[in-house]
Amino acid sequence: MFDTLSDRLAATFKNLRGKGRLSEADIDATAREIRIALLEADVALPVVRAFIKQVKDRALTAEVSGALNPAQQIIKIVNEELISILGGETRRVRFAKTGPTVIMLAGLQGAGKTTLAGKLGHWLKSQKHTPLLVACDLQRPNAVTQLNVVADRAGVAFFGPEPGNGVGDPVKVARDAIEYAKQKQYDVVIVDTAGRLGIDAELMQQAADIRAAVDPDEVLFVVDAMIGQDAVTTAQAFLEGVDFTGVVLSKLDGDARGGAALSVAHVTGRQIMFASNGEKVDDFDAFHPDRMASRILGM
Amino acid sequence: LSRERLDEDTWEEIEETLLVADVGVTPTQELVDRLRTRVKVLGTRTPEELRGLLHEELVTLIGEADRSLKTAKHEDGRPAVVLVVGVNGVGKTTTSGKLGRVLVADGRKVVLGAADTFRAAAADQLQTWGERVGAATVRGPEGGDPASVAFDAVKEGIAEGADTVLIDTAGRLHTKTGLMDELGKVKRVVEKHGPVDEVLLVLDATTGQNGLVQARVFAEVVDITGIVLTKLDGTAKGGIVIAVQRELGVPVKLIGLGEGADDLAPFEPAAFVDALIGD
Ligand SMILES: Nc1nc2c(ncn2[C@@H]2O[C@H](COP(=O)(O)OP(=O)(O)OP(=O)(O)O)[C@@H](O)[C@H]2O)c(=O)[nH]1
Ligand SMILES: Nc1nc2c(ncn2[C@@H]2O[C@H](COP(=O)(O)OP(=O)(O)OP(=O)(O)O)[C@@H](O)[C@H]2O)c(=O)[nH]1
Ligand SMILES: [K+]
Ligand SMILES: [Mg+2]
Ligand SMILES: [Mg+2]
Repeated sequence: MFDTLSDRLAATFKNLRGKGRLSEADIDATAREIRIALLEADVALPVVRAFIKQVKDRALTAEVSGALNPAQQIIKIVNEELISILGGETRRVRFAKTGPTVIMLAGLQGAGKTTLAGKLGHWLKSQKHTPLLVACDLQRPNAVTQLNVVADRAGVAFFGPEPGNGVGDPVKVARDAIEYAKQKQYDVVIVDTAGRLGIDAELMQQAADIRAAVDPDEVLFVVDAMIGQDAVTTAQAFLEGVDFTGVVLSKLDGDARGGAALSVAHVTGRQIMFASNGEKVDDFDAFHPDRMASRILGM
Repeated sequence: LSRERLDEDTWEEIEETLLVADVGVTPTQELVDRLRTRVKVLGTRTPEELRGLLHEELVTLIGEADRSLKTAKHEDGRPAVVLVVGVNGVGKTTTSGKLGRVLVADGRKVVLGAADTFRAAAADQLQTWGERVGAATVRGPEGGDPASVAFDAVKEGIAEGADTVLIDTAGRLHTKTGLMDELGKVKRVVEKHGPVDEVLLVLDATTGQNGLVQARVFAEVVDITGIVLTKLDGTAKGGIVIAVQRELGVPVKLIGLGEGADDLAPFEPAAFVDALIGD
C-alpha cells in the first residue's frame, strides 16, 4: 500500500529512472496509479475518467523537461490540472448594488448549513456588514432554536417568526425577511434552509420557491468533505434544483481527503468559495485550490 | 444488459457498480478477482448469471451476524444502556429519537440522555424527539460535562424503572483526540452503573472512504457493538459498511430511511445488496 501518489508513481517508474521522457506505455501505467489515488480520495468515478483523459492528453504532448524525472513530470501535470479545476478564477462574494445582499444556503441534511450561517454572519460582521440570519428550516426539530443560538454566538441579528418543528411556511418567512431587513437596514440577509435530498422533488421545489422569493445574489451549496461517490449526483440535483452560484466545503478539519471538491467543481463548474473547518464561528477560511490539490493527492 | 457473453465491458460494469457505491478500490478489486475465479470454475456464461454471483458474493462478504439489539432491562432491574456515537451531522439525535419510538411502541419505558451539551440547541432537539415519541429527556446545563449528564440519565432510568436509556452524544470528528477522550470518559462514567449494552456508531450512507477510518477510531475508543447506516433514502448506497464489517467485524444493525419517527428499519443484507447493485 502506498499512501501518496508520489510513492505510487515512484514505484511505477522505478525501472524507468533517468529515461527522461514519457512513452505512451509509461503514461498508461501512470494513469492506473492516478486512478487508484483519486478513487481512494473519493473523487467520483466519472470525474476520475474525465480527469485522467485530460492528464494523458497533456502528458503525451508535454515538453520534455530535463530538470524533472518522469514521475515528477506527471505529478506536476496532475497537480496543475487539479488546481485549474478547483481554482478557476477566484471570486469573492457578490454584493447587491442596491438593497440587502441575499445569500441562500442549501445542501443535504447535516452538511453544515446552519453552522455556516453563523460563520458567514461572524465574518461579515467583522467586515463592518450588518448581517441578518433567517430561519427557513421549519422542519428539523429545533432548527430555528439552533440558528437563534448560532446567531447569538456570532453576535449577529436573527429573524425567526415561525416556531418551526413542522409549523410555518419557509417561503413566506424568506420573503418577509427581505422586507424586515430593508426596514431595519440590515445589509446582508443569510437564509438558512432545511437539509434535503437531491431526489426529494417536493422539497427541492420548496428550495426553488425560496430562491424565487428572495432573488439571492449568492446561493451556496454546502457539501460535507467526507462525502463519497454520491457527490456528483447530489451536486447535479442541487444545480438543477436551486442553480447554486458557489460551493462551501465543510468539515475539512477532519482527515477526509475531500475528493468531492474535485467532483463538484468538475461537474458543475461552480467555484468553491469557502472552507469550513470546525464547529466554532471562526472556523472558516477562504478556499485554497493548491492546498486542496495536495490534500486530494495525499501530499 | 442484453449482452450474451462475458466480455470486458461486462466486467467493467461490475467494477463500476461497486466503485460508485463507495465499496472502495481494494474490496472491489478483491471481489472482481474472486468472481473471475468462480466464473472460470463454474463456467458462467451470461451477464445475468454473473450478477447473481456478484449478489451472492456480496451477501457472503457482509456475512451472517448477530444484528439484534440489547435493549431489554437486566434481571437486576437495571435498564439497558445504549450509547449513540459518530461524527458530526450523521443522524445520531434523529436515530436516538427513532429508536426511542420503536421501543416505546413495543411497550418499553425509555429515557433519553442529552449528552450533547455543546452543539447549539442539541438538547432541545433531543427533547422534542422525546416528546414526540413519549420518552423523558434528561439534560444538563449548556456547555456542561457530558459524562455527568449521561451518568444522571442512567441514574434517572434506574430510579424510574425504565427499560432502556438511550444516550445521544455530540458529533465529533475521530481525528480530535480531546473530543474522543471525552467520549471515552462518557462511557467509563456511565459504566459506574454497570456495563453499557450497546454502543451504536452512526454512519451516513453518503460517506466515502473516510467511513472506515471513522469506524476504526470509534471502535478503539468506545468499542462499538453495531452500526446504524443512515440516509439510505437518498441516492447514496453506503457501500463503505462492507469494508467496515469486513475489517472490524462490527455488524450493521439498523438503517435510517428518512427524517420521520418511523423511518428506522432493521438491516437486511439481501435488500442492501439489491439496492447496491441496482436490481
Ligand atoms: N468538525 C466540524 N463540524 C462541523 C463543521 N460544520 C458543521 N459542523 C457540525 O456538523 C453538524 C451539522 O451541522 P449543521 O450546521 O447543523 O448542519 P445543517 O446542514 O444545518 O443540518 P440540517 O439543517 O439538519 O440539514 C453539527 O454538529 C455541526 O457542529 C465543520 O466545518 N467541522
Ligand atoms: N434523509 C434522511 N435524513 C436524515 C436521516 N437521519 C437523520 N437525518 C437528517 O440529518 C440531519 C442531521 O441529523 P441529526 O440527528 O441532527 O444528526 P447528529 O448526528 O445528531 O448531528 P450532530 O449532533 O450535530 O453531530 C437532520 O436534518 C436529520 O433530519 C435519514 O435516515 N434520512
Ligand atoms: K440509497
Ligand atoms: Mg440546519
Ligand atoms: Mg445530534
